[in-house]
Amino acid sequence: MAREATKGRKAVLTVVAWGIGLLIFFPILWTVITSFKTEAEAIASPPAFVDFHWTLENYTTVNQRSDYLLHFWNSVVISIGSTLAGLVIAVPAAWSMAFVPGRRTKDLLMWMLSTKMLPAVGVLVPIYLLARDTGLLDSRIGLVIVLTMVNLPIIVWMLYTYFKEIPGEILEAARMDGATLSSEILYVLTPMAVPGIASTLLLNVILAWNESFWTLNLTAANAAPLTAFIASYSSPEGLFYAKLSAASTMAIAPIMILGWFSQKQLVRGLTFGAVK
Amino acid sequence: MLSPAVVLLFLWMIVPLGMTVYFSFLRFNLLMPGTNDFTGFENYYYFFTDPSFWPALVNTLILVFGVLAITVIGGVGLAVLLDQPMWGQGIVRILVIAPFFVMPSVSALVWKNMLMNPVNGLFAAIARGLGLRPFDFFADAPLASIIAIVAWQWLPFATLILFTAMQSLDREQMEAAEMDGAGPVWRFVHLTIPHLMRAITVVVLIQTIFLLSVFAEILVTTNGGPGTASTTLTFLVYVQSMLQFDVGLGSAGGIVAVILANIVAIFLMRMIGKNLEA
Amino acid sequence: MTVTFRALLGVPLVLALAGTASAETTITVATVNNGDMIRMQRLMPDFYAKHPDIKVNWVTLEENVLRQRVTTDIASKGGQYDVLTIGNYEVPIWAKQNWLMPLDNLGADYDQADLLPQVAEGLTVDGKLYAVPFYAESSMLMYRTDLLEKAGLKMPENPDWAFITEAAAKMTDKKDGVYGICLRGKAGWGENMAFITSMNNSMGGRWFDMQWKPQFDSPEWKKTLETYLELMTKYGPPGASSNGFNENLALFQTGKCGMWIDATVAASFISDPKESKVADKVGFAPAPVRKGGENHGNWLWSWNLAIPATTSKADAAKTFVAWATSPAYTELVAQKDGIANVPPGTRTSLYKNPEYLKVAPFAKMTLTAIQSANTQHPSDQDVPYTGGQFVAIPEFQAIGTAVGQQFSAALAGRASAAQALGAAQAVTTREMQRAGYPK
Repeated sequence: MAREATKGRKAVLTVVAWGIGLLIFFPILWTVITSFKTEAEAIASPPAFVDFHWTLENYTTVNQRSDYLLHFWNSVVISIGSTLAGLVIAVPAAWSMAFVPGRRTKDLLMWMLSTKMLPAVGVLVPIYLLARDTGLLDSRIGLVIVLTMVNLPIIVWMLYTYFKEIPGEILEAARMDGATLSSEILYVLTPMAVPGIASTLLLNVILAWNESFWTLNLTAANAAPLTAFIASYSSPEGLFYAKLSAASTMAIAPIMILGWFSQKQLVRGLTFGAVK
Repeated sequence: MLSPAVVLLFLWMIVPLGMTVYFSFLRFNLLMPGTNDFTGFENYYYFFTDPSFWPALVNTLILVFGVLAITVIGGVGLAVLLDQPMWGQGIVRILVIAPFFVMPSVSALVWKNMLMNPVNGLFAAIARGLGLRPFDFFADAPLASIIAIVAWQWLPFATLILFTAMQSLDREQMEAAEMDGAGPVWRFVHLTIPHLMRAITVVVLIQTIFLLSVFAEILVTTNGGPGTASTTLTFLVYVQSMLQFDVGLGSAGGIVAVILANIVAIFLMRMIGKNLEA
Repeated sequence: MTVTFRALLGVPLVLALAGTASAETTITVATVNNGDMIRMQRLMPDFYAKHPDIKVNWVTLEENVLRQRVTTDIASKGGQYDVLTIGNYEVPIWAKQNWLMPLDNLGADYDQADLLPQVAEGLTVDGKLYAVPFYAESSMLMYRTDLLEKAGLKMPENPDWAFITEAAAKMTDKKDGVYGICLRGKAGWGENMAFITSMNNSMGGRWFDMQWKPQFDSPEWKKTLETYLELMTKYGPPGASSNGFNENLALFQTGKCGMWIDATVAASFISDPKESKVADKVGFAPAPVRKGGENHGNWLWSWNLAIPATTSKADAAKTFVAWATSPAYTELVAQKDGIANVPPGTRTSLYKNPEYLKVAPFAKMTLTAIQSANTQHPSDQDVPYTGGQFVAIPEFQAIGTAVGQQFSAALAGRASAAQALGAAQAVTTREMQRAGYPK
């Protein structure tokens, strides 16, 4: 017996949910609004929400001052590159953990996750020296390598939990039909795991895009992504709220749009084995 | 099959870690080259006796548990709410997950300057509009303010995972319970929460990993102050290795932080390992 | 990566064309995101017109990030930058490590003798200049003439701290959102400690005695901190413990401060009607002294361009550095953006230029402040160190910041003045002992 939600109840829920949603979203909305104000209006009291002189001058200024496209492109290359590299390494690892588990598999997994707890600042100098000696300072390749390693544990874990939910019988059937190990992974497992792989991919692109320690510390002019772009707008001399807002909007817009468009895919595979 | 990932991760961990352990026994300051003498445990002695050490340890725990509490409770609430019938659910979901896409440094800058600033910020303007004295967030409640900012960033993540888990909730069981006269509270406590338990442990585990290394938010907003009111272990290590350029001391701090993080991790694994057992 | 690649590919080509064409040199310049540096980036077409064979890549960062990045890089010989923007705190320390390239012979029209001696002195080690100043500043008192008049007071020629307290009390009108005085409160060796150290110098205090023993238990420090806290807690703006230079600038520009003691460069920002609401109501006076004292505690800070010793593009880097700090650059800014906007505080000739003196009412006071800064003997007492608002030893960044934390905690009401001074004494003693002083 399906119960119809009453119209009244639905209306109340809608109002509550929209209220909370807008509240959570508000800081971002406020940033976007401020980015269209002049600097003086940005700190005016009482603040204006729509009733001000809308202007694009902050965006023009930011574009004149920084090479946005270069930083944007670096962010794209680094986040996508490190995610793809991570996937290539992680898929086989997660496969074997899920389907050929050993006694130590769980420990291994937990150990992998614990590598993420190494505080980055504590190892900056060693990594910096290594990057210098290998010529990887301020190169996109260097950052791709570092971010791959940083996010690899999460990738392995997400894939592992997802693979585990795939019934082993299907793989056995494929093996009976004479599939080799690699074709088993490529043609049987991967298609079934597409939702899981997709959300792993998306989550890691987001994490890599927003990573702001290594990306800031290992780059100079050539490989600096949007995190470094933002560092040139935080607390300069003079009024800066409007310019900061414009730069912030430009830095977060691409990833947010990507996230919104792909949120269905993101959600579908985001189970971490937590859903039975 | 496992080996590439394991070997790479092992190298990634062991090479810098090995160098860090080595440095932690040296008197090694970047600003004073040529004096890399072996000093035994001197760096560790100075790290542990640093007057900021204990406050930093306590602050780290408060930060991690504070954010976890807010995001888990808030996330469960939002997941249940988003699961209800309503108009425009898709848009509400977009609004709720948006903060997850914002870089930590950007969100810290926005909260610090445009919202929480006691003179030019929006909250101050609202307070003045209501005839109240603006609250000075980063002076009077620095750690709580940072917890609020970090929780804002991680609430969407918790919501997403918990919402995904809600999708697989057994509706028939729910309805059967309702038919038996179980109220919404009983159903929430006895059906929804147990169902979400595994997802909650996942949220706790992943967030703890990231929360232990929260850094940009502190650097941008309070710089660890006033005093040591918002200095965490990660931040303390930063102060020592990046302001002082004392690599030896910073390395010792890094090693201590790794050990402490692993103690936390072991507890977590114990707790979660059980919950994740298939 | 690409450079090596291109270099490899280019070998036969270069051999073939040797003598007929010179390759383009790309240099990387790290700089701080202050207004004058942003202006320099806008004026690059002039540089490219004069030096088409040099391309400049900019890395513009916020001050603290910049300092961390360039220090890591130069100390570990990372070689990512060909030109660095650094303060006069770093220059002597780095020069002694041989990390910087000496910068003599920057060309005939550079006119090195024109640099203000006080500024050049801070950048010179063993008679050699290791960095050239882009702009320089000292400290002074900026105040609102209208508010002071309303308070029924007149600014003395050399205000003392008692007068500042009285004026702050009378100018404060919290209902109207006007605070008598704005001072730095944000913790950091270059933030609140720059101000408080200068103030302590004016009170006759010092950081260390001749045996490098910290002096926070001295009556001078007690007086300094108590006066500072009284001023700020009674008449300062809310949230002062997180206010640095930029925050105070925004407060002053929007008319919320009666007085502000800070860097002289602020003068041009607060008198610019495009940015400041109070542009026509500002006055300038020397930084305060103690009653009967003569030491204004003037600080001296300069942002300088330096070239790391590791660079392989020394010639191009030198060409750029000379362009950016030469008299010709001053003329270029004057011509494009107006003479009031030229980088201040580096050249004697600027302060003799009648046009500049006409449009910049703060020019005379700025010059006086810079000239009276005495970084060699900052305190009335003997000290084993140099530096006005800082102590020029490598350990100071950490010590200054740790002490700054204590003072900002006191400002936020989390500790008393006595507690903060006790903690400052303890932390400084500890760090100095660790660093092996007295050396």
